[in-house]
Amino acid sequence: MADSQSTSQSAAESDTVIDVRDVHYSIDGRPIFAGLDILVRRGLITAVMGPSGTGKTTLLRLITGQIDADRGRVSVFGREVADMGRAEIYATRRRMGMLFQNGALLTDLDVFENVAFPVREHANLPEPLVQKLVLTKLEAVGLRGAAQLMPAELSGGMARRVALARAIVMDPEVLIYDEPFVGLDPISLGVIMRLIKEMNDVLGITSVVVSHDVHEIATIADYSYLLSEGRVVDSGSPAELAASDSATVRQFMTGSAEGPVPFHYPAADYATELLGAERG
Amino acid sequence: MSNGSREGALEGVRKTGVTALFFGRLLAACVPALARPRLIVAQIFNAGARSLIIIMLSGLFTGMVLGLQGYDLLHRFGATSALGTAAALSLLKELGPVLTALLFAGRAGTALTSEIGLMRATDQLTAMEVMAVDPLSYVAAPRFLGGLIAMPLLTGVFIVIGLFGAQLVGVQMMGVDHGIFWSQMQSAIALKDVTEGIVKSLVFGAVLSLIAVNEGYHAEPTAAGVGRATTRTVVASSVMTLLLDYVLTAAFL
Repeated sequence: MADSQSTSQSAAESDTVIDVRDVHYSIDGRPIFAGLDILVRRGLITAVMGPSGTGKTTLLRLITGQIDADRGRVSVFGREVADMGRAEIYATRRRMGMLFQNGALLTDLDVFENVAFPVREHANLPEPLVQKLVLTKLEAVGLRGAAQLMPAELSGGMARRVALARAIVMDPEVLIYDEPFVGLDPISLGVIMRLIKEMNDVLGITSVVVSHDVHEIATIADYSYLLSEGRVVDSGSPAELAASDSATVRQFMTGSAEGPVPFHYPAADYATELLGAERG
Repeated sequence: MSNGSREGALEGVRKTGVTALFFGRLLAACVPALARPRLIVAQIFNAGARSLIIIMLSGLFTGMVLGLQGYDLLHRFGATSALGTAAALSLLKELGPVLTALLFAGRAGTALTSEIGLMRATDQLTAMEVMAVDPLSYVAAPRFLGGLIAMPLLTGVFIVIGLFGAQLVGVQMMGVDHGIFWSQMQSAIALKDVTEGIVKSLVFGAVLSLIAVNEGYHAEPTAAGVGRATTRTVVASSVMTLLLDYVLTAAFL
């Protein structure tokens, strides 16, 4: 019995790609996370949602080892990030791909060279193979024809698709998306959503999608976490979240200004300030 | 000591420490950067070749002014034959390295700072980090090495064009004997004078490139932040050039 329990536990652990446990983090004394717990399982699309300013991007920086948690632990592929040396962090990052909100393309390289960049840096492949690899990935995002354009010549949606091609060029095990749906036209939005889903279904890539676009997330995510005030307020499948009784979840799902999540930044009393300004 | 000045002094010490640490990391990153000669050559082109016009024009006019002022001064003592020597010594030991450094700070230094600062602001450096590519060895070190190599070359160009300008005015316009102008120069200039110019340009190259790269790398990732970093590059570079010029001149005496 004990044996079967430990077997199922180790199976669950091997199934876990990213494990964020009781993480506390603050910037200039302002707490961003106060006991955050998030688990990302292999082969699933895990969404992290939350209002602006809940530290979603900070979470990605913790996972990729750009910053260390003040307290708690962040483990990736079974190893705690804080224990990793520089070489191990770099080796771990090579197993991950990340799509930045603004694309973060290198502005002095054209589209082709941007996608080829990680390959040239990390794999000593012959040029014809690099060409094939890059063109394949560009074809997947529908931008093979834009290979010779410079980043400044691309629209926001195109830049993000190029960045996606760059993120998948090394065939990562985990893909992290930072706000992939923001500011996209309906066609680009549909294409990006389809790509995220396809990459997960066809290539089995584990995906972490950080976003506040509830409806898009509901379409593609297998499991969602809703963050507010530095911790997870609810989690579950999109259907479970939609049916949640939690006031915070309901407010977020319906996009209401009224509810436990304050819309207004903390301020002095409105009437007092207005009258004060009049007198002053 | 008032609280404000104490905090200012502490901040100064902290910044010096941060810059020194960054310099150490940058030097360490230069080793892997040497494996990417293409990037270094591109940066020598950016900092060097793209500054050539401004360096050549400034060198020409500086030399021409030297020819005029030198002639006027030496004429009063009946020593116009020393014009070539005076122009060469001024250019080799002082004007060449110092003016090139000041022009470099304004042209190449600001370009370096704003480029790296904008790369920071648009997440390009973070993207490299996440792709397991060290931005220090891919972005900062090639730019530092490019500036370090470009500065002595630009100084050499400045001096040669400056001598041509001095000769143009002194010999062609003011009538100093052509043979005397060059032969006096040749016999009076010692290797030590040339070394002084080379050492100064190398030191200025290292310090100014470090300032430009450091300011860009640590720029606040906003439009105003990059603007402030660029201004700091020019101010710090100019002051450091003149300060180090004094120290090096004293060391060579």
